[in-house]
Amino acid sequence: MTVQDNQWITVGILDDIPRQGARRVITNTKTIAVFRTSQDAVYALEDRCPFKNGPLSAGIVHGTTVSCPLTNWVISLETGEAQGADVGKTGVFPVKVEGGCISLCLEEKQLQTA
Amino acid sequence: MLTLSRVKMPRHNDVADLHIFALFESAATALHVTFSKGQGCGAEFMKHLVSQRAKAKMGHGYMTQKLKLVVVGNGMAPGRMLEHLFDAGDAYDVTIFNAEPRVNYDRIMLSPVLSGEKSFDDIIIHDDAWYKDNGITLHMGAKVSKIDREAKTVTSENGITESYDKLVLATGSDPFIIPCPGHDLDGVLAYRDLDDTNAMRDAAGKGGSAVVIGGGLLGLEAAAGLNILGMDVTVLHLMPTLMERQLDTAAGYLLEKELESRGIDIRCKSNTKQIIGADGKVSGVELDDGTLIKCDIVVMAVGIRPNVQLAKDAGLEVNRGIVTTNGMQTSDPDILSVGECVEVGGMVYGLVAPLYQMAKVAASHLTGPSDAAFVHTETPTKLKVTGCDLYSVGDFAEGDDREDIVLRDAKSGTYKRVIIQDNKIIGAVLYGAVDDGGWYNEMLKSGEDISEMRDTLIFGQAFQGGGAVDPLAMVANMSDDAEICGCNGITKGTIVSKINAMGLTTLAEVRAHTKASASCGTCTGLVENVMALTLGDDFKLPDVETMCGCTTHDHGTVRRMIKAKELKTIPAVMQELEWSTPEGCAKCRPALNYYLVADWPGEYVDDQQSRFINERVHANIQKDGTYSVVPRMFGGITTPNELRAIADVADKFAIPTVKVTGGQRIDLLGVKKDDLIPVWKDLNDAGMVSGAAYAKGLRTVKTCVGSDWCRFGTQDSTGLGIKLERLLWGAWSPAKLKLAVSGCPRNCSESTCKDIGIVCVDSGYEILYGGAAGLHIQGTTKLGNVETEEEVLEYCGALTQYYRETGFYLERIYKWADRLGYDHVKSVIYDDAEQRKAYYERFLFSQTFAQVDPWAERVQGAQAHEFSPLADISSLEAAE
Repeated sequence: MTVQDNQWITVGILDDIPRQGARRVITNTKTIAVFRTSQDAVYALEDRCPFKNGPLSAGIVHGTTVSCPLTNWVISLETGEAQGADVGKTGVFPVKVEGGCISLCLEEKQLQTA
Repeated sequence: MLTLSRVKMPRHNDVADLHIFALFESAATALHVTFSKGQGCGAEFMKHLVSQRAKAKMGHGYMTQKLKLVVVGNGMAPGRMLEHLFDAGDAYDVTIFNAEPRVNYDRIMLSPVLSGEKSFDDIIIHDDAWYKDNGITLHMGAKVSKIDREAKTVTSENGITESYDKLVLATGSDPFIIPCPGHDLDGVLAYRDLDDTNAMRDAAGKGGSAVVIGGGLLGLEAAAGLNILGMDVTVLHLMPTLMERQLDTAAGYLLEKELESRGIDIRCKSNTKQIIGADGKVSGVELDDGTLIKCDIVVMAVGIRPNVQLAKDAGLEVNRGIVTTNGMQTSDPDILSVGECVEVGGMVYGLVAPLYQMAKVAASHLTGPSDAAFVHTETPTKLKVTGCDLYSVGDFAEGDDREDIVLRDAKSGTYKRVIIQDNKIIGAVLYGAVDDGGWYNEMLKSGEDISEMRDTLIFGQAFQGGGAVDPLAMVANMSDDAEICGCNGITKGTIVSKINAMGLTTLAEVRAHTKASASCGTCTGLVENVMALTLGDDFKLPDVETMCGCTTHDHGTVRRMIKAKELKTIPAVMQELEWSTPEGCAKCRPALNYYLVADWPGEYVDDQQSRFINERVHANIQKDGTYSVVPRMFGGITTPNELRAIADVADKFAIPTVKVTGGQRIDLLGVKKDDLIPVWKDLNDAGMVSGAAYAKGLRTVKTCVGSDWCRFGTQDSTGLGIKLERLLWGAWSPAKLKLAVSGCPRNCSESTCKDIGIVCVDSGYEILYGGAAGLHIQGTTKLGNVETEEEVLEYCGALTQYYRETGFYLERIYKWADRLGYDHVKSVIYDDAEQRKAYYERFLFSQTFAQVDPWAERVQGAQAHEFSPLADISSLEAAE
């Protein structure tokens, strides 16, 4: 079976992810980290910190950011960009929650950067 | 040799002061003598002095005995006076009589001590060393009962007599106790000193309710403190609005609303009829109108009365206070007076700024002829209740010749009122937004004509230039005469000149040398800005580190507040301590989680999402995202079966590296996250549990083979190490905790650089702690010797618990002990059996919740989401 990159794939339900937590979705080319914030917003980033490739799914989630478990870089869940003085960006994937089901697209979001 | 201190001069009615200021170069000693005009004896004495001075110059003799200064009272005013005096030289041998059994502390900070925001140690002004360094004889717990002005001696109730050349009375004030029926019942407290504060804390510890009589500054601080400590508090106030002496009715109303929103019951226009008791203990308060309020304690805070009895008995002129000249001299020229007991210019004072001014004037007169004079100034008032910002200065009564400019913002609860007479500010009352208080006060003092900025005055200083609020620019615009620190009367110019003259670079240094921001601390930001302006790039932010960017509190404050306010969840801490971010960051959340785990065992539910990944998945993350797994080997002892299981696991899961660690156990490196649970299951099945090699908690207890095998071994070091590890495993601590037990002083298990180390000796065991052998290298310090293994366990458990309760997150035990002092730790854990047992019991209690193998829990299914992916869609091959 094959899927299109722009096709929505259901990967689980909201309750599978703890608040202020993340789970991994394994694809055949990369791992995607799906985050759930304390406000139940859901985001998806490539599970790889732009600095030393730390698994962001293992970081601490605060607000709409995650701190990398290896280096404490703080990455925006919304834009994938490193916060503060650090410069770098990780891939952001479209993700949505409908009826408690989480789906994501494998085609990276093209975000406009300021 | 001449002993000038014993010279007595006759006294006359028509006394005029004639000052001789004789400088003795050899002794660098200043002498200040006052005697009567036209006395032959005085002239004789002068001649004598001159000849003595000549001798001193010739090297034939010099002064060996200094003048004797006796100070009655050891509060903030005499303490400050002595600092000025010592700055000027060492003319005096100083003896202090102190009715309180402790050193000089900052009384205006008792409210934060009551609420738990500060500890007593934080508010000490002069520690034991200060008295020692300055050669002061301090009689603590000695209340002076008699002054003999003829013999020039003072005598205390406990029979100590000292003679003086100069005497300073600083007897302070007594709280006024309303003499209503029941005022002497057990449970009726004043709010004046540390004993009162401790009594209130003790009462609050039992819960229940409190009535505070008096809605002034002190009463409200007491009420807010007791409220934070969890008591039901009612405030009775005679007047229609709170703090009527400092606030107008509008600000008083806002304050009342704020305090009521915290659950404090405020009853104005309430007059106490009597305090009711049962079995000699307070049970309630009855008001004039018959209302009955039940309570367990009554705090009276209705005012203070200068303590003048001693001066009165000695025949000094006394009115409301001890009457002094504006040079702080009483009606006896050899007796001065400073502090709350003084009446100068017809006024008595209770706020710290005028008291410190008295101290400076008195010191100046004690060191030589001086025209220093006490001048009345308006002192601003601030309430030290967290979250209630109010500021009041000057005169705010209404009058036909006065104008008010008022700004109210009901939504944000702010109120500003500036009172103007003849185009000059004569008073200001601010509530909610108090930043401009200092600016208004400066104009009030300088008498600046404000007609130019009249229309915008109320919006504050930032508005005047129309620019954005820039505190640095504000400070830059201040004149050198502008007062920065109201408590100590320190101007911007003083701070700048001290910084430049002495090369000060830290806030602590500036505080030490200028006293600016060293009292109530509310002007700390201003002082830092003055430093920033003066030092430019050389200015570094103060050493006191906040936990992180989310809060202005340091770790110590946060720990104390968690206990004092009984905060039991991370959101509660963030709400109550006014975190600036909605849910903290990766720095503060793990710290808070640890503090709550340590402080509320069995109650707090560990927040997994606030733990670092290692503590969430009970393994150490490696640079490639795989993990390392270390099973526990108690005391470094293993068995063939355990080794076989480890070998099997390594084979089965293709674990690339197996390494022996420095902590005497085996590390399996390169385990994939998804394999963690099955790896643990196999290790559990062989009887092994997590070694917590990832934890800010107990890691290992390293041992040597001891008396079992070694020909030098004095005790069973291996067996003791196993017992220690069985006692301590599972405990979370501020940072990792590594122990060792050596069987003899040859120390093969390296006990002398461990967090806690035991060295076995013939007579028993030496307990050492505070070692480090990482980035920082430091040998251990000895806690003490014990004789039995049971004692080793008790002492180590108690020490660990003390560290767990007071350490800052990520602070290793050596840093903790460096901070607290090794003597102090020893005095708590080794010298004081009662405290040691209490800490040990709390440790054992906490361990009943902590000693659960996290691996076994997770093998059983706990936290399953951590270990498996949400989905694996790799089989859905993406179309290219």
